[in-house]
Amino acid sequence: MKSAWLTVLKRDLLLALRRQSDIATTLFFFVIVSSLFPLGIGPEPAVLSSIAPGVLWVAALLAGMISLSRLFAADFADGSLEQMLLAPQSLALLVTAKIFAHWLVCGLPVVLLAPFIGLQYALPNDAILMLVYSLLLGTPALSLIGAIGAALTLGVRGSGLLVALLVLPLYIPALIFGAGAVAASQHGMSAQAHLSLLAACSLLALVLAPLATAAALRISAE
Amino acid sequence: MLTAQGLACLRGDRLLFKNVGFELNSGGLLYVLGENGSGKSSLLRMLCGLLMPEEGVIFWDSKKVKENAENYLPNLTYIGHLNGLKDDLTALENLQIAARLAGNDASEKKTLAALTAIGIARCANLPARVLSQGQKRRVALATLWITQSKLWILDEPFAALDTASTEVLASRLGEHMANGGMTIVTTHQDVLIGATSTQTLRLGN
Repeated sequence: MKSAWLTVLKRDLLLALRRQSDIATTLFFFVIVSSLFPLGIGPEPAVLSSIAPGVLWVAALLAGMISLSRLFAADFADGSLEQMLLAPQSLALLVTAKIFAHWLVCGLPVVLLAPFIGLQYALPNDAILMLVYSLLLGTPALSLIGAIGAALTLGVRGSGLLVALLVLPLYIPALIFGAGAVAASQHGMSAQAHLSLLAACSLLALVLAPLATAAALRISAE
Repeated sequence: MLTAQGLACLRGDRLLFKNVGFELNSGGLLYVLGENGSGKSSLLRMLCGLLMPEEGVIFWDSKKVKENAENYLPNLTYIGHLNGLKDDLTALENLQIAARLAGNDASEKKTLAALTAIGIARCANLPARVLSQGQKRRVALATLWITQSKLWILDEPFAALDTASTEVLASRLGEHMANGGMTIVTTHQDVLIGATSTQTLRLGN
């Protein structure tokens, strides 16, 4: 069981490695979107640092989302999804391997890049640290919830836009708590409550999303 | 033993077939015939559990497949009309991943032997992207030299294959049935496959 999980994880990471342009587009999207705001709004540090938590979180969320439509589409088109559905292991388990690979490829790099983008927004050091911390806790929820949308829209025409409509509303809790944590630390308050709720979102998604995704994949593959 | 009773398939609002049933025993070969669009692939996908039948039940060793997927799936190898190959991975990597996912021995020795058996070993380290249709098909079919499962469901396995590979595959299928395996196959070609018992199921009118 463990070996099939690792097989799927390794395969997806190997594929990402061989198609680095996919990772690069996600990262550049994040960098460009978050760099447009300071350019458009002007260099006033007070304004920038007050909008930073929301803007950076929204940018991270959109960057994660644009890569979602690729999560299952290639497997569906080349038939490897069928083989995953017929594997003796539980599909939900294999799906977690795919989602984990997606997070490592699209989520983690955004988390690691965020501090550098935070500098553009004149964020103080402890707010930058909190930004990284909140993204680290929250981006897994984004990948997990996004996988449900990707599975539901598999094989549907114009699925890219449909995923956005399905998934973005579900991202709202993660966005509120994530950006809230950074804002709280900027104002010298404790971010504990926000972080706890953010972690709760991720844990809840970890339990429910693979099951929902597996069910959606079975329907889409029919 | 695989038994199907009263299967019906509805695609959209079109009834492809109804009342399809058969019983396949150890060493048995089932040909599914019919013109294009008569529902051959749908029937095979149904037998794998990828497609829910509109009506009817499928039994594996007299247990319903739907409720006993954990007993059924390890016994099943399905090769559909899609090859399930990743263009960016080499033929060998593709085969190893498929074998590991199905819970089979994926050692380099075993997988290379499988590629050699179907005559594609010299392409082992080429990415699937550069292989021809027939070569890709052969990489997908190489799984049949690795798998331990009893029931093989093959959708048009001979399509895109050259004469030599067709013979190699036919003899592999014969060997599988001689060892007590079962095969369900759709084909438009006239291929002689040796089996203890051969049935033919014709779909459409």
